[in-house]
Amino acid sequence: MCRGETADMSEVLEKPINTNKIKEILEANDGARIRTWLSICSRCGLCAESCFFYLARDKDPKLSPAYKVKHTLGEMYRRKGNVDREFLSKCYDILWGECTTCKRCSLFCPFGIDIATMIATARAVCHSQGIVPVGLTRTSDNYRLTGNQMGMSSEDFIDTCSWMAEESSEEVAGVNIPIDKKGARIMYTVNPREPMYYPQDIAMAAKIFTVAEEDWTMPSTGWDCTNLAMFAGDRALAGHIVKLMYDKAVELGVEKIVMTECGHAYRSGVFEGPYFAGYRNGRPPVEIVHSVRLFYEYLRDGRIKIDPDKMIEEPVTYQDPCNVSRNGGLWEEGRRIVSYLVKDFRDMAPNREYNHCCGGGGGFIPMGPEFKKRRMISGKVKAEQIRATGAKIVITPCHNCFDQVRDLSKEYDLGVKVLSFKDIICESMIIPEKFQPVETDEDEE
Amino acid sequence: MYELYNFLTGPAVWISFLVFFGGLLFRIAYLAGLSRERDRVFYNHMSASSGFRSILHWLIPLGSVSLRSQPVFSVMFFCFHVLLFAVPLFLQAHNTLWHEAFGVSLWSMPDHFADNLTIAFMATGVFLFARRLVRPEVRILTSVWDYTLLILTVLPFLTGFLAYRQIGPYPIMLILHVLFGELLLVIVPFSKLGHVLLFFFSRAFIGFEMGERRGARTW
Repeated sequence: MCRGETADMSEVLEKPINTNKIKEILEANDGARIRTWLSICSRCGLCAESCFFYLARDKDPKLSPAYKVKHTLGEMYRRKGNVDREFLSKCYDILWGECTTCKRCSLFCPFGIDIATMIATARAVCHSQGIVPVGLTRTSDNYRLTGNQMGMSSEDFIDTCSWMAEESSEEVAGVNIPIDKKGARIMYTVNPREPMYYPQDIAMAAKIFTVAEEDWTMPSTGWDCTNLAMFAGDRALAGHIVKLMYDKAVELGVEKIVMTECGHAYRSGVFEGPYFAGYRNGRPPVEIVHSVRLFYEYLRDGRIKIDPDKMIEEPVTYQDPCNVSRNGGLWEEGRRIVSYLVKDFRDMAPNREYNHCCGGGGGFIPMGPEFKKRRMISGKVKAEQIRATGAKIVITPCHNCFDQVRDLSKEYDLGVKVLSFKDIICESMIIPEKFQPVETDEDEE
Repeated sequence: MYELYNFLTGPAVWISFLVFFGGLLFRIAYLAGLSRERDRVFYNHMSASSGFRSILHWLIPLGSVSLRSQPVFSVMFFCFHVLLFAVPLFLQAHNTLWHEAFGVSLWSMPDHFADNLTIAFMATGVFLFARRLVRPEVRILTSVWDYTLLILTVLPFLTGFLAYRQIGPYPIMLILHVLFGELLLVIVPFSKLGHVLLFFFSRAFIGFEMGERRGARTW
């Protein structure tokens, strides 16, 4: 608190608030929806119980979604944009520290008020004044200069891909990662942490595509499907980022863009990105498919077959990533994949579109150490849900859920292992004869 | 007194209904105008079935997960809204007035029945008021104006009830009854009570956004 106040005081002196810019953003968003939502909220309080921040912190009434909106965007409109830095600093805490824009509350509001959209709008206001978590803007220059958040060059990316293709051919013969192949059926896009830190994720995808005999390619640019600018409230940059991916897909003439197991990328690419990028019809120019959907189709159509002896025996639960399930519509597909891979599946309650956010969404994971403590506190709801299932393995097709559940397991002593679908599919799929490598290594347990 | 009564039951009725309907229409038209450019997302993903289901589930008592989580409140809240419309619309005295003025009227219920329903309505109103005070997550959101609006919604019923039971000075009660009724009609379009119509738009939108685009249940 004190640290914040002193820092704010000096900033107030140095950097005055540009209220004209704020007014401009408020005006541009002052449409029928936000006006209606702000004016009809009847303060019934039903949204409170839907919010995991509220539930995790002993039902602190200041954590109810309606309260959070009232004291951020509501107040900005009430004051007609004439706000000071002190007010915006308070907003900062609420907008990023107390909401992951998971959209659960909008299903519990009698009027269906889309609170996450209003939180995102208020984030845009704060962003315009430079009030935004560093973890979300640190990557902005990388996005601008290289088109990906980690600043990886195309050469390095292509090198990583060919390295991974080479490695994978020891397990699956004929693995090849085609780069910029025109007219391929799918263009596969990833989260940059895969080529940077977890290149085996790319190897796993390559093995799955090879066995499924998919006609695929990876683009040399526009391969980053993430969009941290969306969470930072930087809508111009968010539009630029998705456009790189869309344009590349159009250039290559692919049928579909497939996204890795990442939640927010799907929300960005399919639902919000088209608006950021200025597509008036609100639809991406190329169909976008999430890995969860694609893997489900492979299994359903028998393009990938699972060895029944390799199905997981331990109890497993499924963490619905908000942006894959509630905000992506893929909760059934996820469960069907699970049914192919797992013998003892135990669903969490609530689940599917009513799932609780794990606490790592909305930018929380990249926001880093400054927010870690709150992330662990608010993750209590998810930790208890997981514990109640008795599961030893949590499957989740989202990098942020993955990190958060792993952290929660340590914090709350859950003793669970976190896996992605790729991890399990690669371990348990049957490699057909023609893809068996010539010199076979003994598989260990 | 008699002149005041004549005014309130004459020109003032016309004015308040005009403001009520005109105000609501104006508000909708104004928002529709704003939405053309700023709410493309509303029009881009429209779907009658998603919108309809999103509305319907919230008109049914306990029709949503959210309402089922607080069943007592939900039943009270439902009764409050139904009675708010039903009692004045099907009250014999009101129908007599409409019949005299326009020659048409609705079915009306027996007076003693309406009297009991009015008591029930006031009870739900008291419940909602108390809930605002008792539950911390509701109290923290509630402003003086929210309490005032709730009181203003109940006042026409209270005064009507007192007038019917001849408790207190009848002419004054009757005048207050008409006055509060008209006041409420005038306030609706310009307050959160505009949800009488805007409810359908905001629910339809979330039906398009979460139901049509994502396939999620919005109830």
